[in-house]
Amino acid sequence: MRETWTLTKRELHSYFDSPAAYVVMSVFLLFTGWFFGTTLFLENSASLRSLFDLVPFIFLFFIPAITMGTFAEERRSGTLELLLTMPVKDWQVIVGKLLAVILFLMASVSLTVIYALTIASIGDLDAGATIGGYVGLILLGSACASVGIFASSLTRNQIVSFILGFAIIFALFLLDKVTAFVPSSLAGILQYMGTDFHYRNLLRGVIDSRDVLYYISLTIFACVLTSYSMSRRPE
Amino acid sequence: MIEVDGLVKRYGSERAVDDISFQVQTGEVLGFLGPNGAGKTTTMKVITCYLPPSEGTVWVDGLDVRTHSLDVKRKIGYLPENTPLYQEMTVYDYLTFVAAMRGVDSTQHASRIAEMADVCGLETVLGKRIEALSKGFRQRVGLAQAMIHDPPILILDEPTTGLDPNQIVEIRELIKKIGKEKTVILSTHILSEVQLSCDRVLIIHKGKLVADGTPKDLQESFSSGQQIRFGVQTPPDPVLSVLSGWNGIQIKETVRTGDAETLFTITTERKDDLRPELFRLAVDEGWVLTELGRDQANLEDVFRHLTTD
Repeated sequence: MRETWTLTKRELHSYFDSPAAYVVMSVFLLFTGWFFGTTLFLENSASLRSLFDLVPFIFLFFIPAITMGTFAEERRSGTLELLLTMPVKDWQVIVGKLLAVILFLMASVSLTVIYALTIASIGDLDAGATIGGYVGLILLGSACASVGIFASSLTRNQIVSFILGFAIIFALFLLDKVTAFVPSSLAGILQYMGTDFHYRNLLRGVIDSRDVLYYISLTIFACVLTSYSMSRRPE
Repeated sequence: MIEVDGLVKRYGSERAVDDISFQVQTGEVLGFLGPNGAGKTTTMKVITCYLPPSEGTVWVDGLDVRTHSLDVKRKIGYLPENTPLYQEMTVYDYLTFVAAMRGVDSTQHASRIAEMADVCGLETVLGKRIEALSKGFRQRVGLAQAMIHDPPILILDEPTTGLDPNQIVEIRELIKKIGKEKTVILSTHILSEVQLSCDRVLIIHKGKLVADGTPKDLQESFSSGQQIRFGVQTPPDPVLSVLSGWNGIQIKETVRTGDAETLFTITTERKDDLRPELFRLAVDEGWVLTELGRDQANLEDVFRHLTTD
């Protein structure tokens, strides 16, 4: 466990040692700020709804951008070999990296709490929906991060990793939107497998264990796939 | 200390390592020699538990790499080919990270890093980012990270590639110093390096072990003869008349250098050393000896002999 945490700290360090983390965070704030501001000032509506509706779309690009380097870059530069010849198990490496991405996501998302506080001071904040929204974002973010890390473990090219990650996350996002095109027997399953469906449930302010379980299962499933992809070592 | 037994490593249908067996004793410095793509790096990757063996196995200190990889990894310090390092980290942060990952107690980090900085000559660059360092310094950081947890075994994959001659000498000295206390396996394709730093040499070709012995043994067993340079301050004729009576030798060349000096080049298939006999001959005849030397097939010849088809 200590090794996992050491790895997480190094990952976080490397995000913030390079300009990438600051650029990514600023862009995130810029987007969310724009949508928050337009709802508040143009529509005179004191609600975080449009913010919560928007963030999953930002995650589509944002998360693959953070995760694309996790394994691809280590594979390309050869540092993966050093990492995996240290006395750690593959899963510790995966969890260490995942934890770093999740913490970075939480840091980014927590910057939007200022919008929630603004709303609370001038209007009526729907506390249940807000908490549900934040829980949803963290769970959705963790699952997408795990998928992004899996995409990164498949290649040594960061661009390929980004596109793969984006494609898989987008496909999972779309699953519950294509139910009209499939037989009704499959529709329920597809809907349940989609990431957005569960996020919508959480946004209603009801934290249902089924939704929480879904995201946790997806996160773990992607980690298992990652560890499988890592067991096929290059060269 | 390390026992490789019938090791096979396949990549698809290609056998990168094909049934290699050898042992390394504690405190030995073993050189892996072979052309590029011979299977040196793959063998090292199996010993360091990066790649699992396809067949056969490796025991490190009695522990099987397939079942006790974590314990094996703890005993080994590894410097992969091309020295991969996290470029954006400072040397100090990087060594701290490796120490923590390697299970060095956090109270010991500072003292271990100080010791490594001293041994590897890193004092002046500890605060610098790795990407800003020269290749020689990066190589030393690579060595420092391999030794930070004081492992009994060091595995170094081409530790001197890409260095300038001065840096090569420095790294070689360092390896020599380390080799006094630790078991070291290093791979290289620089032959003089093996002669200078290794107690024993393994030559690998196309995944198979083709030679195993001390550099001296290999030279002797693979040399097809010897060549002796014999110089005396005498005209050639009396010498030639004596030497023509000797069995199994040919006078390859006779060169008059200066007024009264002659240099003979003698070749022979005989394995024994001719030099004592030649010395006694010169003494008995009262010739002034100016040169007496033996050239054996060097390791380079052995290498080429074994690794060309």
